[in-house]
Amino acid sequence: MEDLVAYLPLLIQGLRLTLLLAVSTMLLGLVLGMLLALAKLSRHGWLARSAFVFTNFMRGIPEFLVLLMIYFGGTQVLDTALGPGVVNVSPWIAGLTALTLVFAAYASETIRGAYQSVPKGQIEAARAYGFSAWQAFRIVQLPQIWRLALPGIGNLWQGSLKDTALVSIVGLDDLMRKANQAAQTTRAPFTFYMAAALIFLVLTLLSMAIFTRLEKRASKSDRRT
Amino acid sequence: MAGDGPSAPREIPVALDVRSIRKSFGSHEVLKGISLAAREHDVVAILGSSGSGKSTFLRCINLLETPDGGEVRLKGELIRMRQRGGMLVPADMKQVDRIRSRLSMVFQQFNLWQHMTILENVTAAQIHVLGRDRKSAVEKAEAMLAKVGVADKRGHYPGQLSGGQQQRVAIARALAMDPEVMLFDEPTSALDPELVNEVLKVMRDLAAEGRTMLIVTHEMGFAREAASHMLFLHQGLVEDEGPPREIMANPNSERFRQFLSGSLK
Repeated sequence: MEDLVAYLPLLIQGLRLTLLLAVSTMLLGLVLGMLLALAKLSRHGWLARSAFVFTNFMRGIPEFLVLLMIYFGGTQVLDTALGPGVVNVSPWIAGLTALTLVFAAYASETIRGAYQSVPKGQIEAARAYGFSAWQAFRIVQLPQIWRLALPGIGNLWQGSLKDTALVSIVGLDDLMRKANQAAQTTRAPFTFYMAAALIFLVLTLLSMAIFTRLEKRASKSDRRT
Repeated sequence: MAGDGPSAPREIPVALDVRSIRKSFGSHEVLKGISLAAREHDVVAILGSSGSGKSTFLRCINLLETPDGGEVRLKGELIRMRQRGGMLVPADMKQVDRIRSRLSMVFQQFNLWQHMTILENVTAAQIHVLGRDRKSAVEKAEAMLAKVGVADKRGHYPGQLSGGQQQRVAIARALAMDPEVMLFDEPTSALDPELVNEVLKVMRDLAAEGRTMLIVTHEMGFAREAASHMLFLHQGLVEDEGPPREIMANPNSERFRQFLSGSLK
């Protein structure tokens, strides 16, 4: 117990990085996921096909492998291209890139489904009233896509929050790595792994509550009187 | 005013001038050159059996469908088109958006924005397209909702309203734009029979106010009473046209005679 108190500041440090990584992943992943979804829906066959190939690849291999490929593989490629050690792939960049790519690949499917579920007439009415294509997208389509995609996004968020633990492998000082270090130094792995588990559990339960509220708010229009 | 088509003074300006609209879907030629001139305050009923191209014609006017040929002028302003890869496309999308904001459309399926309240449905285009400030948009919206008799629904969502109420909201949304011409695409076809009249009543009032309206409809009684001019389309062409009472009493075309006897049974 004393150990836990002593190492708590360290764990909290790690927690901050974990949260930063998870939130950045979701924000970047949503933007990239939206772009991938639009690419898949594009009239240009080559663009749609490339997007499908990319996301199927990302979804089809272990996330761990994506991380290793970007961290070690990326370093190798950059060293070959620019000379050894000119540009380094930092654990942060590698972790953020890997998690974002995987998040975006899954999110693109969720968003694509939501996009197709918004009735065409909604957009047509917007255009008929003089909304530009961009306005129709932003004001009429996007809020409805958001509402439909929200449950799926919530699941992805939860998954990617937990997957941040993978990044400790490449040396990012996240919650997992800090817990590991504490466990090794104090020789009390059960205590520290349990502590990390509880912190993750609190985070996921909290985010579930937040997403439930968001979903409720977004589906006000579904309520019948 | 409505119903006085042929005797209306000649100097009333033309609001909407549509010439020789052609449109094909694939190899199927839906519109083979349809023209129509609506003067201000005209109420034009467009009839035709299903597949006659009447909805497509209406949708070509505000370019929801891009016509393959023909011209559309609103108050003398031509919607400029250009050729691209053998197809006709709008030359200036900004002009199209501007013209569309002056031509409000009412859809068969209402197409109210599902995620917005009734009030937001009626203010959105005023704010985002016409650039009105929120306060005056809300005032306008409230007045129009009261006019069509759904003012008490302002905080509801479309899914909570009956079809007839939704269509009246859609009409309020159209009116709030102060449109120069209103386009109605089978506004009562998706409604339960007992809800048709509440919508037709609103439309009759608009006609009596002198609104310029183009109405694709199957409601023969309404068309006869409210319209100043009637167009009967058949296989992509204007088969018969004239003042409703005259051409309904004495159809010039055998097809129109058959259509009338079929729909008045």
